[in-house]
Amino acid sequence: MTALLLRDLRLAFRAGGGFGLGLAFFLIVTVLVPFAVGPQSALLSTIAPGVLWLGALLACLLSLDRLLALDWEDGSLDLLATAPLPLESVVTIKALAHWITTGLPLVLAAPFLGVLLNLAPPGFLWLVVSLLVGTPALSVVGTFGAALTVGLKRGGLLLSLLVLPLYVPTLIFGAEVARRGAVGMETATPLLFLGGITAACIALLPFASAAVLRVNLR
Amino acid sequence: MTLTVTDLAIARGGVPVLEGLSFTLAPGRALILRGPNGIGKTTLLRTVAGLQPPLAGRVEGAEETIAYAGHADGIKPPLTVTENLKFWAQVFGTGDIAPALKAFALTDLADRQAGNLSAGQKRRLGLARMLVTGRPIWALDEPTVSLDRDSVAMFAAAVRAHLGQGGAALIATHIDLGLEGEVLDVGPYKARPRPVEDFDGGFL
Repeated sequence: MTALLLRDLRLAFRAGGGFGLGLAFFLIVTVLVPFAVGPQSALLSTIAPGVLWLGALLACLLSLDRLLALDWEDGSLDLLATAPLPLESVVTIKALAHWITTGLPLVLAAPFLGVLLNLAPPGFLWLVVSLLVGTPALSVVGTFGAALTVGLKRGGLLLSLLVLPLYVPTLIFGAEVARRGAVGMETATPLLFLGGITAACIALLPFASAAVLRVNLR
Repeated sequence: MTLTVTDLAIARGGVPVLEGLSFTLAPGRALILRGPNGIGKTTLLRTVAGLQPPLAGRVEGAEETIAYAGHADGIKPPLTVTENLKFWAQVFGTGDIAPALKAFALTDLADRQAGNLSAGQKRRLGLARMLVTGRPIWALDEPTVSLDRDSVAMFAAAVRAHLGQGGAALIATHIDLGLEGEVLDVGPYKARPRPVEDFDGGFL
C-alpha cells in the first residue's frame, strides 16, 4: 500500500503529472473574483469565505478525471485488481494521494488568497480548519465518481455532473464554518457536521468505489 | 496448485462467447489456447484471473495464485524501468527485481524512462513483471506481440524456467513457443448466440 501511495505521488510530481494545476486554477479563480465584483472591499470581505470554498472545490474537481482513467488506459488497473491488494484499499490510497497532491496545497494556499479577497482577520484560522476537515471528503467522493466513470470516453464532464451535487453538503458546512469564523460567531456546530460528513465518506465510500470499479472492469 | 475449470460459460458485452469448457492445468504444465479472433480467449483469461464472473461453471484453484498479463502492460511512462518493476514487486510482496531484469535483458535499460522504450522493450518489461509476482500460475494474453525473434526465445526460456520450478502457464498465442504442453482449441466450445437477460450488468 505504501508502494502504491509512493508511486502515485511520484507520478504526480514528475513532468506531466498535473501537480500544481489545481493550485494554479484556485489562484486564478480567486484573482478573477475581485476583477468581476469590483473594488468594494466590504462586499469582497462578505463573500470571501464562500468564494474561497467554491474555488477550492472546483480546483479539486479539475484533477479527478485523471485519478483512475490513466491507470485504466495503460492496463495497471486490471493488474492491480488481480494483485493481493484489495480494491477498497487501492481506491482509498488513490484518494489519499489525490488529497496530498491537490487538497493539501489548497489548504496551505488558502490564507494567502484570503488576503486578496479582504477576508476578515478572525476568518483565516477557520478557513484553514474548515478546508483541512472538508477537503478529504472532496477527494473520497471524487474517487467514487472517477470509479463510476472509468472506461468512458470523455468521462470528465459526466464525472463533474455526477460529483458536484455530492459536494453540496461539504460546501454548505465548510463555507459556513469559514463565514461564521470570519464574523466571529460560534463555529462548533457546522464544524462538527463537516467532520461528520468527511468521516462518513471516508468510512463508507471506498466500499462503493471498489464495487463499481469491479463492475466497470468486466 | 492445480487450476481446474469445470463446465465454464463466459460472456463478453452481454453475449455468450464460450460454453461447456472444462480443463485442468497441473503444476509444471503449460496450456496453449488457440482459436480464431473474437472467439473469447481474452475473456476466458480474464474470467480465470477473476476480473469478471463466469456465466456458469466453476474456476477452482485460481484464488491468489494467478498472475495476469493482458494486452496492455500497465507501464507508467514517467517512471524508470526499475521503478516500474520495483512497484509491482512491492505490491506482490516479493523483493529482488534483478533476476527479472536479467531474464528479459533489461539490465542495461534499468534507469531509462519507460516512456522512451520501444514497443518490444515495453512488452519485455511487462513480461518481466510476471517474474516478480511470485505467483504459480501465469495467465498470458498474446504475450509475444511486438517481440522480435530473440525476445520470443527469451520469453520461452522464462516460461520454461517457470514450469521447471513447478509453476504453470495458460497462454493465448498463435506462434509456436516450443513449449511442451497441451494445445486447447477453444473453437468447438463456441456458444450459441443468444442475448443475456441482464441489461444492467452487476449494478443492481
